[in-house]
Amino acid sequence: MPEAPHAPDLLPRLGAFARLLHDAGLEAGPRRLTDATRALAFIDLKREDDFRSSLRSVFVSRKEDIPIFEAAFDIFWAPPDPRASAGLIPGRNRALPMSPERAKVWANALGLNRSQMQREQEPKEFPASSSGYSAEELLRHKDFEQMTWAETEQVRRLLEEAPWRVAERRTRRLRPSRAGRIDLRRSARHAIRSSGELMTLFRRKPRVRRRPLVLICDVSGSMERYSRLLMIFAHAIARREDLEAFVFSTRLTRITRLLRHRDLDRALESVSKGVHDFSGGTRIGDALGDFNRRWARRVLGHGAVVIIVSDGWDRGDPSHLTAELIHLRRSAHRLIWLNPLLGTQGYEPLTRGMAAALPHCDDFLAAHNVAALEDLGRLLASLDSRKDSLPRFAGKVTRGEAAGRMGT
Amino acid sequence: MSAPATIEDVERRLRERRYIGDRSLATSIFLALKLQKPLFIEGEAGVGKTEAAKVMADVLGARLIRLQCYEGIDLAHAVYEWNYPRQLLHIRLMGEGPNSQIDRNTAEREIFSSEFLLRRPLLDAIDNDDATPPVLLIDEIDRSDEEFEAFLLELLSDFQVSIPEIGTIKAKKVPFVVITSNRTREVHDALKRRCLYHWIDYPDLDKEVEIVRARAPEAADGLAREVAALVQGLRGMDLYKVPGVAETLDWARSLAALGATRIDAGLVSATMGAALKYQEDLERVREQVPALVERAQRA
Repeated sequence: MPEAPHAPDLLPRLGAFARLLHDAGLEAGPRRLTDATRALAFIDLKREDDFRSSLRSVFVSRKEDIPIFEAAFDIFWAPPDPRASAGLIPGRNRALPMSPERAKVWANALGLNRSQMQREQEPKEFPASSSGYSAEELLRHKDFEQMTWAETEQVRRLLEEAPWRVAERRTRRLRPSRAGRIDLRRSARHAIRSSGELMTLFRRKPRVRRRPLVLICDVSGSMERYSRLLMIFAHAIARREDLEAFVFSTRLTRITRLLRHRDLDRALESVSKGVHDFSGGTRIGDALGDFNRRWARRVLGHGAVVIIVSDGWDRGDPSHLTAELIHLRRSAHRLIWLNPLLGTQGYEPLTRGMAAALPHCDDFLAAHNVAALEDLGRLLASLDSRKDSLPRFAGKVTRGEAAGRMGT
Repeated sequence: MSAPATIEDVERRLRERRYIGDRSLATSIFLALKLQKPLFIEGEAGVGKTEAAKVMADVLGARLIRLQCYEGIDLAHAVYEWNYPRQLLHIRLMGEGPNSQIDRNTAEREIFSSEFLLRRPLLDAIDNDDATPPVLLIDEIDRSDEEFEAFLLELLSDFQVSIPEIGTIKAKKVPFVVITSNRTREVHDALKRRCLYHWIDYPDLDKEVEIVRARAPEAADGLAREVAALVQGLRGMDLYKVPGVAETLDWARSLAALGATRIDAGLVSATMGAALKYQEDLERVREQVPALVERAQRA
């Protein structure tokens, strides 16, 4: 097999490119580097598009990585275009897709000047807000340090030691068991040893698995007091359950991967870095719509339980929120709404958002302290193995009562 | 048919079979063939992932072996299973004869022979005597579960299967493997690492027109362009389920079947179901049909 690429100086360059990709968060180990080297032996290196496609098909393995790869490729392989650094052709400058410190090191190594390092402007076009609270998106980094160490430890310990686990569902995979349907395959297999006489009937039944959880957290300004606690809650669940987590204020961000750090502080730090609109305004309907369109099909398989945490402060069109909730509820096994305000004495779900949402949730629970979160835990542990035809209300407010109050 | 020698060759052969794809797809296919690695194709529903594998089988003059994945798929459905009813029957018959004394070893040798083996797609793909190695399409792997993925990982690294009663069967010729996923869940990295990756995007207008002309030749040229433009417009809308290329083709064929050579608001409203599969989406689009049609006709 022809292994060596044609150009002798290409191999070290390719190695450097793999390191750049690695620093940008892509998997670019020796195995992939070898594949890339082999691949390049088969193509015409003079064609940039083929060269690019070949490296892409080797180093990229998920759609999200494509823009990172493209940026890294442009920076590494494209000859510096003087017109670009002079600002004559916009869009050519791209940021190195990594932390600023690393990017600086790479920029020096690659001999790039400052103008080529400019961070690409992130798209900031949001539709004119319909909510007074969201008139301007407050793009700022939320500081998690305010939570005292003792407080954090206490909450985490309580949550990690909580005795509940999420209820199970039946899967379609079968496993041997004493009771259940007859396993003809195994019975027949066994019968062969007894000259074709079916002596023993073996049985099998569906294997059970814990249901996946999907957490959609409101981290807008009005939820500020609770968001730290909720992130700790999310981290504690992510440590032990199959959890997909999202946060929203003016836009939806998936934080599942950011929560993966074992260490709570590091996880919170990466969430804080990865989410740019902590304490912005709220657009619940838009956030849920975004979830329904971009994520629902990917994360709501296998009978997932969806938990929305929000105080319902949303001045968007209530009918929009309603429509998205109805859609979401149809694809989820169970839709639970947690409202921190529900713990407040004398609270009634009168905000327009909450009033619109209430009839379309299976459960409506409080979430203002650890005790309330434990209530949630008990509910999650008691879910049925099949989808209910009629929703039950485990919270303080049942659908009927809420509807009555709304009439006032 | 010989294997393609260049990327251009792949491109040309795909085109000859009326598959209109990007050069980058041709590059990925070409490299997968050369490096003998599986090709992992992702993309939204209806962009032609499965079709790519089917056309490749034709391009290579190879047999297409397809494994449709689903939740709970196991080895008995994917690799092999013994034909137990036949085995039982055979044992009974052996016992009925004049020499009714069954020798246990003989019996086992007989009933655990390939005659009683039900070959499922994966075994079929590995244990092949084809002159040209077959194309193995593992379709919608995101529907299967982790257990099955783990098994595939093993299979794709060694291309061998072991059957306890027979022994290990190793592929004489490694099949060309195409794995597709709709991304309804994230497939494990370890599996993807074994593969070359390709993401198929929605085509741009010109490419989509070309696809409609190639795949739905019954649609008049004007109609093909307008339907493609219409669908491009729909993709820009906020919909639960954005129509794929498969929907464009269905729609063009439906309109052609109605004898249409151009679109108008009435026709579009009446046939929208070919492209939009959610009630909410239909409602949302219905109000905007005249504007969409007008824009499509200008495109």
